[in-house]
Amino acid sequence: MIFRETSQNINIYKNMCYFICYYSIHILNSFFLLRLSPSKHSSPPRISCFLLEMAAQEVASQPSDTLATLKTESETLKTKLEEERAKLHDVELHQVAEKTEALGQFVMKTRRTLKGHGNKVLCMDWCKDKRRIVSSSQDGKVIVWDAFTTNKEHAVTMPCTWVMACAYAPSGCAVACGGLDNKCSVYPLSLDKNENLAAKKKSVAMHTNYLSACCFTNSDMQILTSSGDGTCALWDVESGQMLQSFHGHAADVLCLDLAPSETGNTFVSGGCDKKACVWDMRTGQCAQSFETHESDINSVRYYPSGDAFASGSDDATVSLFPSCIFFKWRLLFGGYNDYTINVWDVLKGTRVSILFGHENRVSTLRVSPDGTAFCSGSWDHTLRIWA
Amino acid sequence: AFYHAKQYAPVYFMCAQIQMERMVISMQDPDMGIKLRNQRLLITVIPHAMTGADIVEWLIKKCSISDEEALHIGQIFVKYGYIYPLKEPRNLILKVDDSPYRFQMPYYWMSTRWPASELDYAIYLAKKNIRKQGELIEYEKECYNALHKRINHTWDFVVMQAREQLRASKQRRKADRIVLKCQEQAYWLVNRPPVSAELYKLITLTKNTLYLLKRTLTITLCEGLTRLCVCVCSYVKYCEQYQPHDPIMQGCLPSIPWITDDIMFWNMNFAVPTKLRVERWSFSFMELLNDPMGRKEFLTYLKKEFSAENLCFWQACEDVRHGETSKIPEKVDEVYKQFLTPGASRWVNIDSKTMEKTLEGLKRPHRFVLDDAQMHIYFLMKKDSYPRYLKSDLYKNLFARAIVPQETKKSVFPFMRRQRHSSPSPALATQAAEDDGKAKNSNSFKSNSGTASRR
Repeated sequence: MIFRETSQNINIYKNMCYFICYYSIHILNSFFLLRLSPSKHSSPPRISCFLLEMAAQEVASQPSDTLATLKTESETLKTKLEEERAKLHDVELHQVAEKTEALGQFVMKTRRTLKGHGNKVLCMDWCKDKRRIVSSSQDGKVIVWDAFTTNKEHAVTMPCTWVMACAYAPSGCAVACGGLDNKCSVYPLSLDKNENLAAKKKSVAMHTNYLSACCFTNSDMQILTSSGDGTCALWDVESGQMLQSFHGHAADVLCLDLAPSETGNTFVSGGCDKKACVWDMRTGQCAQSFETHESDINSVRYYPSGDAFASGSDDATVSLFPSCIFFKWRLLFGGYNDYTINVWDVLKGTRVSILFGHENRVSTLRVSPDGTAFCSGSWDHTLRIWA
Repeated sequence: AFYHAKQYAPVYFMCAQIQMERMVISMQDPDMGIKLRNQRLLITVIPHAMTGADIVEWLIKKCSISDEEALHIGQIFVKYGYIYPLKEPRNLILKVDDSPYRFQMPYYWMSTRWPASELDYAIYLAKKNIRKQGELIEYEKECYNALHKRINHTWDFVVMQAREQLRASKQRRKADRIVLKCQEQAYWLVNRPPVSAELYKLITLTKNTLYLLKRTLTITLCEGLTRLCVCVCSYVKYCEQYQPHDPIMQGCLPSIPWITDDIMFWNMNFAVPTKLRVERWSFSFMELLNDPMGRKEFLTYLKKEFSAENLCFWQACEDVRHGETSKIPEKVDEVYKQFLTPGASRWVNIDSKTMEKTLEGLKRPHRFVLDDAQMHIYFLMKKDSYPRYLKSDLYKNLFARAIVPQETKKSVFPFMRRQRHSSPSPALATQAAEDDGKAKNSNSFKSNSGTASRR
C-alpha cells in the first residue's frame, strides 16, 4: 500500500508464493540467453536486404516451438505478474474500507515533557503499568521515569555511549539496554535509592557489533536482540546463554518486532540489506523473507492482527521519511526527520494529524500499553508524551 | 539489433512479406519471369521447374546486383519456403547449378497459412509415419510423440485425415505426387525447423515449466488475492471492533489520565470491571487469557464444568516456555506428575498421538517439549469451553454488573492542575509479593517473576 499524500514509502507485504513465482520466472528468463543463430552469410548484406532478412527471420521464428517465442511468453507472464502486483497494491484497504467512517481530525498535544537527558534520545520503551518508561541516549545514560509525574526514578550510566536499544521487562522489575558496547545488559530495578544499579548489572547478550534493538519476549527470562553484525539472537537472561541465533541478513539488522500471535513464536527483523525476514523462534529458520525496499529498513511493526507487518525505510523519493513507526489498530504513527510526527489512518490511507513540538529529529516512538497516549523521543534531548 | 527491432517486427513483417511475395510473383511472370521448364528428377519429369542457376541469373539481371547478393537473396527465398528444392528436399538451400527448384504454392505462403496449426502438423507427421515406417527423423519422432500426448482426444481424427489424404494422393500421377510431397515438406521445414535433440528437450522442458508456472500462477494469484482479501477484510473488521476501545481515537471514561491528571482510569478496574473490559473478552480467546481478571473468571467457570485442569495445564506450560532455563527439568517433571501421568489428580485429555510424542520428548526435557500438548489443550478450550463461557450466565451476569464509569468532572478552576499522584513501582509490588509468596502455596502454577502477557 502506498500512501498518496507524500512520497513516504510504507509497504505492506503479503503472500510468499506470489514472490516465488515472480523470481522463478526471473530465473527462467536468464536461461533464454540462447538465441537463434542467424545463418552464415558469405557477404555483408545491403540495408534493404538486411531489413528484409531481419523481418523474415523474426517471422519464421514465430512458431511456438522456439526459444524466442518461449522468451516472449515468459515475458508476457512477467508483465502480467507485475500488473497483478500493481493491482494488489491498489485494490485493498481503500476499497474494502470504503464503508468505514473516516476519522475526524483529532487534536493531540504534548501533555508531558521529560527533560533530563544530556544528549540525543535514541530509544524508549513503556512499562506494563502504563505510566513508567525507560529511555536511553547518546551520552550513555539510561533513565527510568514515571512519565505521569515526570519524576526520574532510576538512572544508570552505561560504560559506553550511543545506547541504541532499551527495553522494559514485562514484570516492571528490570530494564535491558545496549549499544556500542556490543552487549545487552539487564539491570534489576532496585528500590533502594542509594544502591548503585550498575553493581547488579547482568551482561546477557554478546554480539560482535553494535546492538540495534532488544526486546523481552513474554517474560523477564528471555531477551531477543538484533545487532549490527547481521544476526538476531534469543538469550536466556538468567544464565546469559544464547538459546537461538538467527542468521540470514547480509548486513546490519536495524529493528525487530514480535508477532502478536496465539503461538507467539515468530518475529520480524529488518536490516540494511533491504530485507525484512520473518523468523521462527523455535528453530531459528527464516520462514519468509521480503525484498521490495530499495533502502535500509529502519523499523518494522506488526499489524495487531499478526498477519501482516509494515516497514519504514529510507527509500522515499522526497526528503520526508519516517525513521520510526508504530501501529495501534487503525492508526500508524511515524516520526520524521523534519521534526514532526505524522499520524495516518491506515484504512483510508489519509493523514489525520501532524504533531509539532520537537526541535530535532524524532528517533523513537511508542504507544502506551493501554493506548491512552504515546511517547516520542528526539535528538533534542527530550521525550514528549502526547494525548 | 535483432531484438531491438522486435517491437517493430509486425511493421517490417508486413513490408517484408509484401516485398517478398511481390518479387516471387514477378519471378513467375510468364513473360518477364524465370523460364520454367520440365526438369528431370531421376526417372521422373517434373513440370514447371527451374534450376538454381536460373534463379540467380534472373535476380542479377532484374535487380542489377552482384553475384553474391543475388545468391544471398535467392537463399532467403528458399529459406522461407517461397522456393523449394526437389533434389534434396530436406536441405533448404540454393545451389547455383542445375539442381531443380519450384515455386511454392501461394496456399503454403506464410501470409496465408501462418501460423501453422498443431493439428495440421500432426496430420503431416502421421502421414509420413504411415507412408513409410521410420521415415520420421529424430526431431520429428519426438514432436510426433509429444503431439500424440497433447492432442490425444482428436488422435482418431488425425489418423483418419492422414489416411484419407494418402489415399487421395495415390490417385495422382507420380510427378504430381512428388511435387505435392516436396511442397508440403518444404512448408513444414520452414514452420517446424528441426532442432538438435538437446535443444528440443530444453524447449519442451521450458514449455512444460512455463505451462506449470502459468497454472500455478493463476491459482496462486487467485489464492493470493483471496488471501489478501481475507487478510484485508479481517483487518477492517478488527479495526471496527477495536475502535471503541482505543482511547486515542474515541477517548475513554472517566478520562484520559494524561489530559486530566485524573488516574481513575488506571485504578478503577480493581474490583468491578468496566463494560468495555468485559466486552473485550468476547473478541478472542487470547483477549480473555491476556486479562488476569478474565483468566480468573474463566477458571471459575471451568471449575463448574470440571475442566479446570485444562487452564492450569496451559498456564503451567506457559511457565515452562517462558521461565528460567535452569528450572525447566524440574518444572516439566512437576507438569508430568500433575497432569500427564495416567491416574494423575488433574489429568488432561490429550489425544494418544500427541501424548505419545510428548512422553517421548520428556526423556530429554527442553523448553518446547510441551508445545504440542499445550496447543492441543489451548484449541480444545478455544473451540469448546470458551464459546460456552461467553454464553454462560456467569459471563452475562458479570457483564450486567459491569460499570460504565462516569466522566471526570471538569475542575471548577480549569487553570489549576490536579495533583499528580505517584504510584508504587512494580518492582516494589513484586518484592512484597515474593516475600509473602513463599508463605502462600497456590495450587496453580502462578509464577511471580514475570510471566506476564505480552500486550
